[in-house]
Amino acid sequence: MRALFPRLGVAVLIGLVAFAVFGPLINLVIWAFAEQWFFPNRLPSQWGFMFWERVFRPRAGAWEALGNSVGIALATVVFSMALAIPAGYALARLVLPFRHLIMLVFLLPQAFPSLPIFVNIAAMFYGLGLNGTYFGVILVHSLPGLVYAVWIATAAFAATDIAMEEAARNLGASPLRTFRDITLPQAAPGLMAASIFVFLDSIDEFTGTFFVGTPDITTLPILMFNAAMGGNYQIAAITALILLIPSVGFMLIIERFLKSDVLARIGR
Amino acid sequence: MSLSNASRVSRSPLQNASHTKWYSVALVAPALAAIVFLFAVPLIRSVVTAFIDADGGWTLENISRAVEFYGRDVVFTIVIAVLSLAVIAAISIAIAGYLTLGSTPWAVAALRWLYRWPLFIPFIVAGQTARSFLARNGLMNSMLMEAGLLEPVAAQSFLDWRGLVMTFAWKQVPFVTLLLAGAMASLDRATIESARNLGANRLRCLFEIVLPQVRPTLFVGLILSLVTIMSVLSVPMMIIAGTPNMMTTMMAHRVTYYGDYAVANALGLFSYLLTALVAWFYLRSTLEKEAGK
Repeated sequence: MRALFPRLGVAVLIGLVAFAVFGPLINLVIWAFAEQWFFPNRLPSQWGFMFWERVFRPRAGAWEALGNSVGIALATVVFSMALAIPAGYALARLVLPFRHLIMLVFLLPQAFPSLPIFVNIAAMFYGLGLNGTYFGVILVHSLPGLVYAVWIATAAFAATDIAMEEAARNLGASPLRTFRDITLPQAAPGLMAASIFVFLDSIDEFTGTFFVGTPDITTLPILMFNAAMGGNYQIAAITALILLIPSVGFMLIIERFLKSDVLARIGR
Repeated sequence: MSLSNASRVSRSPLQNASHTKWYSVALVAPALAAIVFLFAVPLIRSVVTAFIDADGGWTLENISRAVEFYGRDVVFTIVIAVLSLAVIAAISIAIAGYLTLGSTPWAVAALRWLYRWPLFIPFIVAGQTARSFLARNGLMNSMLMEAGLLEPVAAQSFLDWRGLVMTFAWKQVPFVTLLLAGAMASLDRATIESARNLGANRLRCLFEIVLPQVRPTLFVGLILSLVTIMSVLSVPMMIIAGTPNMMTTMMAHRVTYYGDYAVANALGLFSYLLTALVAWFYLRSTLEKEAGK
């Protein structure tokens, strides 16, 4: 009997945590299928797919926003990784002057509130004619993207085996071939994890797009924000659910790519 | 471009030690240039613009106007940030502590699975979920009414400072907990076990043995959370209508409605100062501790 009460207490507490975590998400799902819901009804009085049809109607803009979001995210991954792979290799494996200072520079964007940075990027881009262009949005998404990409790529290259590389060189493999066939495959899971982080960050990015992209370029977060501010809870909820798919999906598989030996080297 | 760089890379690091420098610099240069263009230049621009008037001369006018127009919002931001960090710290310590010291295996496993979810949810989605969950007819009030804890007439919306604190905490608690639980897991179990054997209860164990050892991790997590709170635009815009609101919203408002970059940048300066101040206190306390050793 004495043991029962603490056990009950633990169960109640875990239940409360579950409600705090999933309650808001359940509320979102309810809104996505609610056709009519007025206070003080605790649940919608009419359920259905009416708003889903409205969101995905050809000219409603959801498909375009989805295409924009995915296209910009992929381009951001390509751009960030193209810069981060050579940089990560050099930082992890080569003799670099001021290495620690350079690592610090790649960390600094995370240490400053980013909103004033985005505001001034937008002001600079205005002068360069980059506001409202895909390239401008890809550049602004690459700022947080590069930070993740460089740090994870550096850790991934630091975890590769130098001896195997030297063996390949001694056996007569060209430098390019050694990098392609020996170094890159070893670093690939870490680089994949970096790409996933950059992709997710870009898909979810709101502030930079808000200043640089709008009103010409609408991504999913911008579409969701506009629907929410317009008081359209159903459309906002449906867009929000679409936004959750890549985040939750990738996070469930990312643990496979981000191995502990790479994680342990981040920041060294 | 990455291909030609790659060929330069693999001239093995050990063999050409004397020649490594120029091409290793060349490999880092493009990424570094991008960071300079996308971060350093805008950062310097934001600080300089805050002190320049319409004719290009130096002035403190923008600062005083920012204080005059947005003083209340600055105070509001500080209060929200402090409250959020306090809530984040308390809940993260509780969860990470239970994950480390908890004695009910199924509860530890359930909590470990549960707590991470909000980490994966974008801020903009968190803002929308909060808007529906914390509203007058939201699920939180419904459940409270269902449980008989709330009269329908007394139901009120939490979409004000409380909603803001709750949403920031909901998003950031998993992040700080993840760091904290990781640090706690790598502690020496022997000390904890011996304290337990000597009769210290779990709460005492947490506060007197575990927590002092992971304090640096806790502070790093809280500082990064502060930077996040000072950066997020969507959540305060979506949760609070009108003023006072967070500085982020006010900067966006100043730029989009008035095109007034000078005052917006003066506000931005305050947000840098606030985070820098907290980071400085943290660094000073760690340095003092190092010196004291």
